[in-house]
Amino acid sequence: MLTLLILLLAPLLGAVGVLIAARWGRGAAALAAGAPALAVLVALVAAAPGILDGEVLRLRAAWVPALGLDMALRLDALGWLFGMLVAGVGLLVVLYAYYYLPASDGLGRFYALLLAFMASMLGIVSSGNLLLLVVFWELTSVSSFFLIAYWARGEVSARIGARTAFAVTGGGGLALLGGVLLLGQAAGGFDLDVVLGAGERIRESPLYLPALTLVLLGAFTKSAQWPFHFWLPAAMAAPTPASAYLHSATMVKAGVFLLARLHPALAGTDAWVIAVGGAGMLTLLFGAYAALWQHDLKGLLAYSTISHLGLITMLLGFGTGTAVMAAVFHIVNHATFKASLFMAAGIVDHEAGTRDMRRLNGLARAMPWTATLAVVAAGAMAGVPLLNGFLSKEMFFAESLEAPGPGGLRWIGPAAALLYGVMSVAYSARFVMVFFNGALMPATAHEPPRFMRVPIELLVALCVIVGTIPSLTVGPALIAATRDALQAPAPYVSLAIWHGFNLPLMMTLVALAGGIVMYRHRERLYRMHDRHVPGFSTTILFARSVKSMERRAARFTATLETGSLSRSTAVLLAVTLAMGALVLATRGGAPVSPVTGPGADAASIVIWALLATAAVAAARWHAHPLRALVAASVVGLFVALAFVRLSAPDLALTQLLVEVVTILVLLLALHHLPQRTPGAEQRHGQRAWQRLVAARDLVLAGGIGAGAAALTWAVLRRPVHGGGPVSELAAYYLRESKPKGGGTNVVNVILVDFRGFDTLGEITVLACAAIGAAVLLERMKPAGDAPERPHAPDAHPPVLAALTRPFLPFALMLSAFLFLRGHDLPGGGFVAGLLAAVALASQYLTSGIEWTTERLRIDARRWLATGVLLAAATGAGALLFDRPFLTSFYDYAHIPAIGAVGAGSTFLFDLGVALAVFGAVLLMLERLGLIGRMRDIGAATPAAEVPADEVAPDVRAVDR
Amino acid sequence: MMSLLLAGTVGVLAACGVWLVLRSRTFPVVLGIMLLGYAANLLVLAMGRVSGTRPPVLVGGEGGHADPVPQALVLTAIVIGFGMTAFTAVLAIRARVESGTDHVDGLQDMVADGDDSREGT
Repeated sequence: MLTLLILLLAPLLGAVGVLIAARWGRGAAALAAGAPALAVLVALVAAAPGILDGEVLRLRAAWVPALGLDMALRLDALGWLFGMLVAGVGLLVVLYAYYYLPASDGLGRFYALLLAFMASMLGIVSSGNLLLLVVFWELTSVSSFFLIAYWARGEVSARIGARTAFAVTGGGGLALLGGVLLLGQAAGGFDLDVVLGAGERIRESPLYLPALTLVLLGAFTKSAQWPFHFWLPAAMAAPTPASAYLHSATMVKAGVFLLARLHPALAGTDAWVIAVGGAGMLTLLFGAYAALWQHDLKGLLAYSTISHLGLITMLLGFGTGTAVMAAVFHIVNHATFKASLFMAAGIVDHEAGTRDMRRLNGLARAMPWTATLAVVAAGAMAGVPLLNGFLSKEMFFAESLEAPGPGGLRWIGPAAALLYGVMSVAYSARFVMVFFNGALMPATAHEPPRFMRVPIELLVALCVIVGTIPSLTVGPALIAATRDALQAPAPYVSLAIWHGFNLPLMMTLVALAGGIVMYRHRERLYRMHDRHVPGFSTTILFARSVKSMERRAARFTATLETGSLSRSTAVLLAVTLAMGALVLATRGGAPVSPVTGPGADAASIVIWALLATAAVAAARWHAHPLRALVAASVVGLFVALAFVRLSAPDLALTQLLVEVVTILVLLLALHHLPQRTPGAEQRHGQRAWQRLVAARDLVLAGGIGAGAAALTWAVLRRPVHGGGPVSELAAYYLRESKPKGGGTNVVNVILVDFRGFDTLGEITVLACAAIGAAVLLERMKPAGDAPERPHAPDAHPPVLAALTRPFLPFALMLSAFLFLRGHDLPGGGFVAGLLAAVALASQYLTSGIEWTTERLRIDARRWLATGVLLAAATGAGALLFDRPFLTSFYDYAHIPAIGAVGAGSTFLFDLGVALAVFGAVLLMLERLGLIGRMRDIGAATPAAEVPADEVAPDVRAVDR
Repeated sequence: MMSLLLAGTVGVLAACGVWLVLRSRTFPVVLGIMLLGYAANLLVLAMGRVSGTRPPVLVGGEGGHADPVPQALVLTAIVIGFGMTAFTAVLAIRARVESGTDHVDGLQDMVADGDDSREGT
């Protein structure tokens, strides 16, 4: 339990901690990065006895139960072994990176990314739920993307490498998600225990093949199997510590881990043997062959990694228990020798200035110690006896001899293994020879700092110890991990160095001899390669397909998005119209039992008729902004009246007040826009074109109008759901408003109580709009003719000002009144906030913004923020009482003369709404009114250089 | 009859809104968004039917209340609609300052300035 928590949380918290620690220098950053890795390691070691005995650690918390996604962690010996690798190599990489990365690098970012990656990796190995595993899987793709792109600012190759790696492994992750979904379907659950126990069921399911294909796509892309291997060499642009970590012990091992993990569920069919074994074999040979041609030390290691991953995959493909054990063994061994080789390559790069093997020679003279370590590690890679690589390779040879093969093709496995063995010896020799082979080159090369070698020394020591006394060291862990991978007792495998003079040993000897011969005659081989092997590269293929996709996407976008707003909007509307028509044509029809609505009186008819007329007028006068605005505001007023007719007093009040501030805002805006719109469509000055556009717009407008009308009409003629006078939902709110919400104004109760969360979101949106508008207007110079336009000689007539001022207290009192009664009668936070804003705005109008703010010191931004925070805090308050967010508490307080006033959390919430609305509206009005005047309202000090009463543009002057 | 009126008005508002939104100057587009907002508000309100003759305020007697749910939805929509209108208006101002024109695509006026060569992108 604690182990699992440490496993995930230590690196995650460490990633944050490192960023903070980096302020105190590189050393602090390294310590802060090493500590979580060490903590994980210690926790794992402490848990070792139980886990190796067959205990399985579990931790479960529901996350999205509806999807079958639990935060289920599960650690058995297989996960434990991987966890040890991840944490152990991670710790060494932390130390190594401290010396490797330039002193100018603060290390905070690197370590944070490294720890984030470590956490994702540990998440994969300890996931107890397949969906959770996919989540962590994708996290490794994301975090490795940033690690590979660490030097993206300076190096193009880092950008390309990171992008390629992300595209391939991320795409594979998508396939894996699909596979896991099918797998869960076939197994009857996503829980790992369920899936592992349902092997029979899965293999007999019709979903088996698609699921297998998709899962394998995920595993093969991650573990760089041919033909998805090309991202790995490209990812060598990463800083070497990251390469050593990602591409030896962790990232690429995730794929083979998954294959081992799902072995009981998926293996054991012909499809598995052919797909996994075949892909592994191809990769094994391809990687080894390609490694021969590399001139870059890291490139060689990258292709050799691909080859070794192929080896592991091939072993897993055999499907037998002993093969699985060999695979797990080789995963561990490869991680140790490959990590040390990457680090050695990094040291060579670091201390000799290049990784090009053609420019490196005799480095052993300058760095004897590093050379010794590298030679031993390379020996393990080549499978030299007494080193760990030898043991697992021996097992691989033995397995290949036992391997199932189709008909007379049983020789293919051993032949491939032998060929691989020869080539691996050859490229290992090539790697080693940079340390020998003549005079020192370059002459400046030297040994690295003492502690930079420590990680390599430890890893190489492991290679030797495991290689000489395997059964005393990794033996128990290996057997336990194999047992948990198979979900069955592990087969007996003798982990001895000497099995007698048998066939696998013969193969090893042939490989060693053949490899050295191949290395000696490599020049001839290179020539042969150049003559006969066509220059085919999946890297180029990938780059080309990416390019062509980008081109096609750009072309597609260009046809849709022409840069013309009207045209884009028209396309959007046309599609909407077509969709609506489609639904109407296929699912429409006569209304079920049509109901006749109430009749209309004369007043209603007049209201609706004027409303429609005003709307048409606004549309007709679009080229005359002021006239159109007047018409539009008439529409708004009649909408308010319509709300009254539709028994919605709250809406009518809100609409009326909103209409006032909207007109103010639009008048102010109009001041800064051209007063005269040139004839409708000037685009090409062609009458025919204009007519065409107008016709298009008329058709769209008519169509959408007709559609909206038809929709409304159709709904109004249908009875409500449930058959009552109002819908079941409405009946619920009408019934429960008083008992549950403590208010009789149902609309307000819904707003502040039942659906309080929506309201909180809405005032937040309003706040965003207001802040956005304010930011857009910040320090903006007025455009066009706005500054020169003639203004009223008397901007603030004294009579008007004197008459308006006494109204302010009354208006604010009315606002307070409407607010207080809002829970029971029409009113409430929205209305009160709007009314207060209108009251203030009328002072701005008649006395000027400066005059008003100087006296009232109103900072709209502060009111806005206070409102939103108050509403949110009220909601959060419920959490203190262990209730869900925004649970309301309610009681009545009896205040003399006003009567029973609701006192409770909804009251505070509604107050927050009122303040937010007030602040938002006022902020926008102020900023619009103050365009061109560099003055910060928040400072509450009037601009000294501008005489308050003579300040130029004001709202009344706009319509000249 | 009431239904017919309401439906017809929603249609007219939507049509006028669409027409305005498709204009090539920023101000009519702002007005169009406003009108579309009104149309949408009335449409949502209509989803609660028009049979209720009393506001959803539970004072004095039972029954006959209008549907409170669409009213609650529309109330916030009105305020958000204001935010939207104000924001687009500000955008229009800012766009004019940046591009020197109030054309929605930033095209320069050809007739207004009498300068044909200034047509931008």
